[in-house]
Amino acid sequence: MKSYDILIIGGGPAGLSAAVSARENGIERILILERDKELGGILNQCIHNGFGLHTFHEELTGPEYAGRFIDRVKELDIEYKLNTMVMEISGDKVVTAMNRTEGVFEIQAKAIILAMGCRERSRGALNIPGYRPAGIFSAGTAQRLVNMEGYLPGREVVILGSGDIGLIMARRMTLEGAKVKVVAELMPYSGGLKRNIVQCLDDYGIPLKLSHTVVDIKGKQRIEGVTLAEVDGKGKPIPGTEEFYSCDTLLLSVGLIPENELSGGMGVEMNLITSGPNVNESLETNISGVFACGNVLHVHDLVDYVSEEASAAGKHAAIYVKEGLRSEEISVFAATQEEIRISAAVQEAPAAPAAVQESIRIAAAEGVRYTVPCKINPARMDEMLKVRFRVDRVYKNSYVSAYFDEERVIHRKKQIFAPGEMEEILLTKEQLLQFPELKTITLKIEPQCEKD
Amino acid sequence: MEVKKLICINCPMGCPLTVEMEEGKVTKVIGNTCKRGAVYAKKEVTSPTRIVTTTVRVKGGSAAVVSVKTNEDIPKEKIFDCVKALKEIEVAAPVHIGDVILADVSGTGVNIVATKNVFL
Amino acid sequence: MFEYDVIIIGAGVSGAAIARELSRYQTRICVLEKEEDVCCGTSKANSAIIHAGYDAVTGSLKAKLNVRGNEMMEQLAKDLDFPFQRNGSLVLCLNESDMPNLQMLFERGIANGVKGLQILDREEVLKMEPNLTNQVYAALYAPTGGIVCPFGMNIAFAENAYANGVEFKFNTEVQAIRKLEEGFELQTDTGTFRSGYVVNAAGVYADRFHNMVSEKKIHIIPRRGSYCLLDKSAGKHVSRTIFALPGKLGKGILITPTIHGNLLMGPTATDITDKEGTNTTGKELDQVISNAGRLVNNIPFRQVITSFSGLRAHEDGAEFIIEEPEDAKGFVDCAGIESPGLTSAPAIGEMVAQILKEKMELKEKDNFIVTRKGILDPKSLTKEERNELIRENPAYGNIICRCEMITEGEIIDAIRRPLGARSLDGVKRRTRAGMGRCQSGFCSPRTMEILARECHLSMYEITKSGSGSEIVVGRNKDDWETV
Repeated sequence: MKSYDILIIGGGPAGLSAAVSARENGIERILILERDKELGGILNQCIHNGFGLHTFHEELTGPEYAGRFIDRVKELDIEYKLNTMVMEISGDKVVTAMNRTEGVFEIQAKAIILAMGCRERSRGALNIPGYRPAGIFSAGTAQRLVNMEGYLPGREVVILGSGDIGLIMARRMTLEGAKVKVVAELMPYSGGLKRNIVQCLDDYGIPLKLSHTVVDIKGKQRIEGVTLAEVDGKGKPIPGTEEFYSCDTLLLSVGLIPENELSGGMGVEMNLITSGPNVNESLETNISGVFACGNVLHVHDLVDYVSEEASAAGKHAAIYVKEGLRSEEISVFAATQEEIRISAAVQEAPAAPAAVQESIRIAAAEGVRYTVPCKINPARMDEMLKVRFRVDRVYKNSYVSAYFDEERVIHRKKQIFAPGEMEEILLTKEQLLQFPELKTITLKIEPQCEKD
Repeated sequence: MEVKKLICINCPMGCPLTVEMEEGKVTKVIGNTCKRGAVYAKKEVTSPTRIVTTTVRVKGGSAAVVSVKTNEDIPKEKIFDCVKALKEIEVAAPVHIGDVILADVSGTGVNIVATKNVFL
Repeated sequence: MFEYDVIIIGAGVSGAAIARELSRYQTRICVLEKEEDVCCGTSKANSAIIHAGYDAVTGSLKAKLNVRGNEMMEQLAKDLDFPFQRNGSLVLCLNESDMPNLQMLFERGIANGVKGLQILDREEVLKMEPNLTNQVYAALYAPTGGIVCPFGMNIAFAENAYANGVEFKFNTEVQAIRKLEEGFELQTDTGTFRSGYVVNAAGVYADRFHNMVSEKKIHIIPRRGSYCLLDKSAGKHVSRTIFALPGKLGKGILITPTIHGNLLMGPTATDITDKEGTNTTGKELDQVISNAGRLVNNIPFRQVITSFSGLRAHEDGAEFIIEEPEDAKGFVDCAGIESPGLTSAPAIGEMVAQILKEKMELKEKDNFIVTRKGILDPKSLTKEERNELIRENPAYGNIICRCEMITEGEIIDAIRRPLGARSLDGVKRRTRAGMGRCQSGFCSPRTMEILARECHLSMYEITKSGSGSEIVVGRNKDDWETV
């Protein structure tokens, strides 16, 4: 069986960045497994601009952003296999994969980085009633058809869901010659960026109907139209508000789900809110040496954050491998007392086990849906740790607070928190070391100005 | 005095901006919470511009189309002229990121460049 | 002399089973189907259950054919290579006061010839199925109940019939039937066909064709049933098929694992008028969810991956009609085939073939092909066998549908085999590509490319389910005027 130090599952933005970082942190034998015919993942079909402001300080399109990382992977001579599907990962890190040229094969890894990304929620997940004709596409499928293959899925379009993909596709379909009649959004607010609402809808006079959903789909062969209705506070359609829109296409942009079938299969513990693995400060799952990053961990809003997170995962995987290597080498070749001393220090430091007892739990409370990571071992953390989270609704002029057990340690004001945006707080190692008995850090949103 | 209303795009606040103009010049911006709002409003009412991203056809390549963009902003009112100008264009593979696909699109002085590599 | 001896209207599971049984004999058979493929009506949207046979009134055709069909299923599944499993079924009784009804089902089952029936008490049932409602009082356990792939069975019958010389004409809708002095003339949208005998296996349309030739009218109501299908991650929530005690409109909402490992809940029962009215409604889907929740605890409803509706062909008399009308000799009805129609299909095939054999004095072929091989499932192979297959044909190493792990090799097989797939739905029913949790989001563009290549079609001609359901309408910017 072939073996690698680090095996990366997925060659999208997360996998690429993790690979680059792992190599820069000194790991030689890295392999990326990618199921598509090229590296870059979903970025290849995100041909709009707006990527990379944080990472490269310029605005790039998706393929350009991916291209930068692909070039880097090639410069660093990192191995990758395309058109290769990972079928199974075992708890002891044997990956079974398949492709046309090698058939089914197994690879043993010392560390694995899960970077499989996410998939779109389908119509079925929403239980939208009506017929099941042709012409109903998830926004991402339509995006692939239009942006990568040059096919127009339809001419008269209704879009359900105003997340960024829905908004971006409204503009893309318009520029390729289709008429987008309306974008409906179940929630009372859009999950998309203001910039996208203005530049993808307002620029083209496309109406956005908040608190609306599709209650019926008409057309037996090809879709002929949809009925929209307003919804109440609980998301239930309000009778009498139905309005029919004729269309030949319905695009659904109704949410993303991390693709964790492989993770579940190998015994990785999942978070019910994110549908991604529970990870610690090193982005390591409950299985020691298995790391996760990018949209397979939790759905991100900006690819820049994916790259940053994946880079951290790559670094921690590298440390994991090196610690393992060093202890192996030393046990066999230990020559000097000095080396033995180092080795002992390394092993005393929390080397492998992920679920160490002294971990601090991070709890998501009032207004905070989840946090990544959800536990921290202060001994292993870097000087600074970004804890990412999302809020459950829009909060204006509110505070994000972190309680170290009972004591409020962080209390930071922000003009607006929105569910569509990933938020973060910074924890420092220094801060945590001041609380040696700390069990739980609780994150909350605390509204200040009620009148707002 | 002319009054225009818009929504600030800089952050999720989405401040509703009111811009007062006199003879084509902005005299006042109301409703912004921060400085970025005023800068945006002035630009958006006097000379709104956009990057346009779209596709053009490729002949003999590993993909049927290549993604392209205007390498700088173009005036907002030129967006449709720009995509229409690309309708009949077909480039031969290979194409590389940054290749100029069409120079000076619709008289804007801006080039259309490829944003993806397409191989033979 | 007509071009065919027998024309069968409808390539659903009944029509295909009849075609297969008749193809044992020396006779020229043609199946006319208005849709683009086999298995496009009631046969594709049902509970996929092989009923044990305790529901139908003793002595009825439904009871007889159900039990017979159930008995035949094992051998057929082997001969024709379609997925079938006896997972057993449970009818739950939630109140002591309903016990007489449960007892009645038990006795009826025995009278119908169902084997192995048992009444279990609360503890026994909960031990078998720990996720059942705590309110369960007792249950009727039928170990012979089973689950099947309805597409697999329908397609297997059709392919085997084809291999035995039966012709199939798709996209051919019968519009009128005229009785000739001897035989019949069928007008369709693609031409006129004449044959000595006609079998009417037209599902919800069977009344229309019957009434064209007979004065003794029948009336079929499309009885709509809506279902929700859950992801495979929920597939082990129950391992047997769970029913409530039957009510007025049928057996009510059931919860069952499917043969492929999903969890299925449904159907509702709504009588409608539109024979193509396979839309779901919010009300019916809500009903599925709330009723299923009454029988089984903690169903992970967040795992719903799709919902759909099917129409049962309910005849006013609530009985299968499998006979020649008095006033239309040579015309054999196979009408009112609602539940347990899928289970009964093999027995219906036998019965209709028997009727025609006697009337037409048919002789058996000596070269009848009994078996049929289904699409090769590489997952059933060992690693070595699989690698050998990939070496011979690399398409088997190329995963197209990520959710169901379906390879290009399987899709090509589905397209190239006799009566092969011509649409995305056709590929889906044969291979399961697109049937998984992403509901074809990832694989549909890939499958379209394979269909286009294999069938020598352009991408614009690829459909979801036949003409009129094209998927892409043109190329980018086609509609802009040229500058």
